[in-house]
Amino acid sequence: MAIFLTENSKLLVQGITGSEGTKHTIRMLGSHADIVAGVTPGKGGRTVTAEGRDIPVFNSCQEAVAATGADVSVVFVPPRFAKAAVMEAVDAQIPLVVVITEGIPVHDTAEFFAYAEKSGTTRLVGPNCPGLISPGKSNAGIIPGTITKAGRIGLVSKSGTLTYQMMYELGDLGFSTAVGIGGDPIIGTTHIDCLAAFEADPETDAIVMIGEIGGDAEERAAAFIKDNVTKPVVGYVAGFTAPEGKTMGHAGAIVSGSSGTAQAKKDALEAVGVRVGKTPSETARLMREIIEG
Amino acid sequence: MDLYEFQAKELFAKHGVPTQSGEVVRTPSHAFEAAERIGGLVVVKAQVKTGGRGKAGGVKLAKDPAEARERAHDILGLDIKGHVVHQVLVTPAADIAEEYYVSLLLDRANRTFLAMASKEGGVEIEQLAVERPDALAKVVVDPLVGVDRAKADEIVDAAGFDDSVREQVVAILEKLWDVFVREDATLVEVNPLVKTPTGEVLALDGKVSLDGNADFRHPDHEALVDSSAEDPLELRAKEKDLNYVKLQGSVGIIGNGAGLVMSTLDVVAYAGEEFGGQSPANFLDIGGGASAQVMADGLEIILSDADVRSVFVNVFGGITACDEVANGIVQALEMLAAKGEAVTKPLVVRLDGNNADVGRQILRDAGNPLVELVDTMDDAARRVAELAAQGA
Repeated sequence: MAIFLTENSKLLVQGITGSEGTKHTIRMLGSHADIVAGVTPGKGGRTVTAEGRDIPVFNSCQEAVAATGADVSVVFVPPRFAKAAVMEAVDAQIPLVVVITEGIPVHDTAEFFAYAEKSGTTRLVGPNCPGLISPGKSNAGIIPGTITKAGRIGLVSKSGTLTYQMMYELGDLGFSTAVGIGGDPIIGTTHIDCLAAFEADPETDAIVMIGEIGGDAEERAAAFIKDNVTKPVVGYVAGFTAPEGKTMGHAGAIVSGSSGTAQAKKDALEAVGVRVGKTPSETARLMREIIEG
Repeated sequence: MDLYEFQAKELFAKHGVPTQSGEVVRTPSHAFEAAERIGGLVVVKAQVKTGGRGKAGGVKLAKDPAEARERAHDILGLDIKGHVVHQVLVTPAADIAEEYYVSLLLDRANRTFLAMASKEGGVEIEQLAVERPDALAKVVVDPLVGVDRAKADEIVDAAGFDDSVREQVVAILEKLWDVFVREDATLVEVNPLVKTPTGEVLALDGKVSLDGNADFRHPDHEALVDSSAEDPLELRAKEKDLNYVKLQGSVGIIGNGAGLVMSTLDVVAYAGEEFGGQSPANFLDIGGGASAQVMADGLEIILSDADVRSVFVNVFGGITACDEVANGIVQALEMLAAKGEAVTKPLVVRLDGNNADVGRQILRDAGNPLVELVDTMDDAARRVAELAAQGA
């Protein structure tokens, strides 16, 4: 099963002819992704050859979907063109659109998120995220396919490198799906969306949730877990020592006054029975105890 | 980026929001001259990027130029919540009949925009929101529609503004939306919005935060950056396109990925408790690429920080291979040595993930006695804190 992304997913890559798009198309193909199309406006009719496959390039998402039946788009389009690219993917009614692009103005994200919500047909992941991987099945984004194998742990994280670190520490156990939801102030798929999907996924036994300072998504996730999640959840929160008012790398990672602190998030998670590790390694140990009994 | 009040008001004026002009000065004698030009009663206002200026003694009335000079003398140099006052705004004193509050902001929790408004402005709005939540109207603004006449009417109704000011407040809300969307702001706040005894409504204060991700379409926003108020190391890092934040401790930190670096800061601070309270000296995320040049730029900034006594390089090779990172470290140390800036502070390096074994071997072969390899993040944090304590 896995969540959102399975062995049956047919991917298209928006921005496939750009350097990032081409590089990661090759990497995704190397980790079981079935990439059926690319989109770059003005370059329709070309072919991108990667990993022994000829991938047709189209001028628009509509054309690509009509010709190939693609049902996932991975967006590598630069920030200034990202809004138009995502809206085009929504118009093409692609069910899952994964926005890797970093540095998109939040007004643009607010618009394309509202647009996707109104469509009722499209789930967004990101922006400013590493995407998601269902090891052994498919890979939509930039998470390395070499870290781990298929298994029964679900992972949801705001941070790319902490996702990789956690997959590595639990690499021998493996993952059903790992979702990097991104660190921007507005993101399309939240911790809660992933928790709900993992709870419903028969191939996921336990869930690791990684958060960081800023906003109140972790507190909301804690409230959701209390009422809706029966599977064991372990948590980790980064940014205990972050000073107020400073953005720590991710646009959304900022403590404003007393809101968005790591301590508040940890307290909220622990209050609903989530075991929260002090370091990534301790978090991995907590998960290992649950899986290995 | 947060703006000063006078910069916010400049943007208000640009988009037609009624406000008061004034002059920004950096010395008491210039305050005298400004008050002379303005004439009559003036207000001298500290320009700092924090709230609560009035309570801290940063906003004072002056009846004539001589008093404006005295008040500016009192206010310049004040420390308001850690922000030292380097400039004051001298502005005409307005007669106030009523004080209101309006703002437009990004609502992260609901992933949309929000308008807030109240008839009870002039107070700390966080306090009002807690003590009398009913007095603060909150109206969702659809990013695809914005604040049009209908939405502005809805906000005015929700806040219960008097009919006598409706037309003016509606017009102001529509213009504040222009500021919000055309300048790519994440916050536009007016507190207070006032009604004068003659019935005129205008913005007496302004707070604006701009989205740095949108800088590419606002070349004019660069002029709003106040380099003199920024940390010199942060400024140098920005020039090199590095994601760097100066902190107060003794352990320099370099890592890849914002989450991993934040986590590294925490782990070092925990480990530092055992070693006399050593803590991180900075946040530095060198991102996915981590080339030799980026590593050298990062190391150069961290090593030039006099507070730093040891350095922790914490890299997980995801997309990047650790052998490339190791080569980056070796080349960075050579580049710095060639520039006559030989590294004298100990470096603790932890490499994991893609090609970690090869990377570690490269560092061992380079044989720099200052570079120590530690296998895990937690152990490396303890070691680097210990080294910082020894270097104290």
